[in-house]
Amino acid sequence: MDGPVDRHRRRRTRRELLKMAPLAAAAALLHPGGLEWVLRSGMKASDSVSARLFRESALAPTFSDREVTPLDRYPVNSYLTDDPEVDLDTWQLEVSGLVRRVRAFTLDELRRLDRLDRVVQNTRHICIEGWDVIGNFGGIRVADLLAHVGAYPGARYLEVECADDYYESIDMASARHPQSLLCDEMHGQPLSRAHGAPLRLVMPTKLGYKQAKYIVGLRVTNVLSARRGYWEDRGYSWYGGL
Amino acid sequence: MRTGRLGHPATVRFCHWVIALAIPVLLASGLEIFAAFPSFGDKVPEQVVFTPPEAVRLGGWLGGALQWHFTFAWLLIGAGTVYAIYQAVSGNYRQVLFVSRDVAGLWPMIRHYALRGPKPAEHQTYNALQKLAYTVALGLGLVLVVTGLALYKPVQLSGLVAALGGFRLVRIEHFAAMCGLAAFIPGHLVMVALHGWKNFASMWTGSKA
Repeated sequence: MDGPVDRHRRRRTRRELLKMAPLAAAAALLHPGGLEWVLRSGMKASDSVSARLFRESALAPTFSDREVTPLDRYPVNSYLTDDPEVDLDTWQLEVSGLVRRVRAFTLDELRRLDRLDRVVQNTRHICIEGWDVIGNFGGIRVADLLAHVGAYPGARYLEVECADDYYESIDMASARHPQSLLCDEMHGQPLSRAHGAPLRLVMPTKLGYKQAKYIVGLRVTNVLSARRGYWEDRGYSWYGGL
Repeated sequence: MRTGRLGHPATVRFCHWVIALAIPVLLASGLEIFAAFPSFGDKVPEQVVFTPPEAVRLGGWLGGALQWHFTFAWLLIGAGTVYAIYQAVSGNYRQVLFVSRDVAGLWPMIRHYALRGPKPAEHQTYNALQKLAYTVALGLGLVLVVTGLALYKPVQLSGLVAALGGFRLVRIEHFAAMCGLAAFIPGHLVMVALHGWKNFASMWTGSKA
C-alpha cells in the first residue's frame, strides 16, 4: 500500500523525469549516433505512414495530350551517364526470383506478348527536387508481366537491376499498381537512350528516382538485399511514394 | 486551474517548446530542399528565384534535409494536434483566437506600440494585436501542415492538391506560408524581450508573470 508521502514522492520523481526529457532529447540530437538514429526513425515513420496511405484504387491524375511536356523541355536526370551504351540488339530482360520459371525476354518478345495489353498514359513525373513534368508513356503493365511469368502472388518486393549499375527495389503493391509500367515508348517514339532505352520503369505513384532506366533484370523476392536502391543507400526514402 | 491570468498551462508550455524546436529545423531544412530546385516553374529552362545562403540551410544536401524535414514534421503535427485538442476542450482558445470584436482594439494598440498613444486598458489575457499575431501564426502553421501533406502525397491526396490549385501552386503556398511564419518569429522574440525575463520564464515554469 502506498502512503500519501510515497505517492507524493513518486509523483515528484516522475515530474523530475519529465523535466529531464528536453535535456535527454537535446543530448540525443547532439550525439552524432543519436542524431542519425533519430533521423532514420523519422524517415521510417514517414515511409510507414506513406505505405499505409497507399490505395491500389487511387489512380494518379492523368492529363490531356496538350498538357504533355515537349521532349525538348523534358529534363534528363541521370546519375552517371546519359547513355550506358546498351546494345539494343542483344539486350534482354531477365525475370527471376519467386517466379514459376526464370525467363529472359528480348524487346521483340516483350512487344509480342499478345496476352499483355499495351498501355499509353499521360502522367506526372515528380522529382524529389521538387520539379514536375507530364510525360506520355507507352508500355506494358508490370503487373501483367509478373502474372505472365507466374510470379508468386504473395511476394513482397521487386528488385530492379540496370545496365548502368543503378538499382532499385519496390514494394509489390506499388509495382502491381495499374499505372506502373515497363515503358519502351515516350511521346509516341521508341524510348531514347537519354530516357533509358530500351526499357524503363514508369510509376506515377512514386518519386522520380524510383523510375529506373536501362532495366536489364527484375527479381521477385520476399527478402530485400542490402542494396536497396542507388539513392536510397545514400539517404533518400526507400518507399518514395507519392 | 493551477495557473494564473498570464501563467501557461503545462500542456501549452510543452507544445510551445516542442514546436519552437521543430519550426527552426523545418525552416532551415525546407530551405535546403528548396535549394535543390530553387524555382516554381519548369525544370527546363530553369528560372532560379533565389538560392538560400548556406548559413540558413540544414541537412548538407537534399537527402539529408529531407530526413530532418520528415522527422521534425511529425513533431510539429503531433504537438500541434495536442495543442489544438487542449485549447478546444479547455476553452482556452478564447484567449488567443482573434475574433471580430477584437478589431476595435487593433488601432489603439498599434498607436501604443508606435509610441503614439497611451497603453489601452487591459480587459483580457492578450491584447487585440497579440491575438491577431497568434491567430495568424497558428493559421499559417495549419496551412504549412496541410500544404506539406499535399506535396508529400500528391497522388493519394490528389483531391486535396486539386482543391489547393494544383501541385505547383501548392509548392508556392507552402513556401509563402513559411515566409509568413518566419516573419512572425522575430516579432515574437522582440516582444518577449521587451516584456522581460518573468514573462519568458513563465513559458517554462507556468508561473504567473
